[in-house]
Amino acid sequence: MSVIGKPVKRPEQKGLLARTYLPSVLKGMWITLRHMFRPKVTMQYPEETWALPDRYRGLPALVRDDSERVKCVACFLCQFVCPPKAIHIEAQEIATGVEKGPKVFDINMLRCIMCGYCEEVCPEQAIFLTREYQTVGLSREQMIFNKDRLLEMGGVRPDPIRKWSRLAPPAGAPERGHEPAPVTQGAAR
Amino acid sequence: MSDDASAVDHWVLTTRLADYVAWGRKNSLWPMPMGLACCAIELMAMVAPRYDVARFGAEALRFSPRQADMMVVAGTVSKKMAPAVKRIYDQMPEPKWVIAMGACASTGGMFRSYAVTQGVDEIIPVDVYIPGCPPRPESLLEGIMQVQRLVEERARAGRGAPPLSAPSAPAAAGR
Repeated sequence: MSVIGKPVKRPEQKGLLARTYLPSVLKGMWITLRHMFRPKVTMQYPEETWALPDRYRGLPALVRDDSERVKCVACFLCQFVCPPKAIHIEAQEIATGVEKGPKVFDINMLRCIMCGYCEEVCPEQAIFLTREYQTVGLSREQMIFNKDRLLEMGGVRPDPIRKWSRLAPPAGAPERGHEPAPVTQGAAR
Repeated sequence: MSDDASAVDHWVLTTRLADYVAWGRKNSLWPMPMGLACCAIELMAMVAPRYDVARFGAEALRFSPRQADMMVVAGTVSKKMAPAVKRIYDQMPEPKWVIAMGACASTGGMFRSYAVTQGVDEIIPVDVYIPGCPPRPESLLEGIMQVQRLVEERARAGRGAPPLSAPSAPAAAGR
């Protein structure tokens, strides 16, 4: 049976100098030396951080409008669209009588994949992705952020529409409130 | 140096053996890179010059579990892979720590599926969870710093000392 293909030749024996490996060692050290004078690329992380782009997508958070009102109306769109189902909402009536508000709003940050669908789908512009990326957790429970924590992270975003200020509050209701409705309105649950 | 006490304070560092060992441990955490998905790319980025985990003494990625201190589970742990992850964890010598990196390793992430473990903590105990999909290399460095704190805490707890005064729960909502 004939051999298919042609085997390569063994390389010829190197000279005496090459067999001491000194030229190769020096060549390698020369490369190391050259790199010492190149610009340094390492980011000294905890002291020095990266300049994040404006649209960086970090952990999501809820925001308030400029009159400190929770903008979320508990429409459940973000919970519905969330690919990993990281959002859990429970709604409640609020004192204005026309909208709902979130009673419970939990985001499991370990489920969250920071895709930004919630921000995109939100009709009230109440949920945003912050630029926070440095949070780590020691337990799963610790990384489920509740409504208060999310509002604290989100802070205030001024809203040019001012929907709430155009709304006449029902008689007896406080001026602006995102609290549960008075029991007298009596929605049976 | 007139009196002896100040001379000792000036020239000699005293510590407890447990603290000394913990200091050595926390500055030479050898990671076991359990790279299972895209998170492993960020894990590699963390080792590369830009983020350079050698500054934390954790640059020696050991692919043999017997030489590793800290397992970084980076990626989706499928049910098929889970026994291997468990076995590799069991082969690591004590003391050992585990970082669940990213949404998949921490909770299963978007893979709510019969084929994926819903978090690697279903099979091995996890010390630090890192959110993100995938997390940035900085987040992973943050996680490694957290493990270093845990190493120190364990030594302190072992000799009945009070825990450290939580130095930096990383400033949430900072920027």
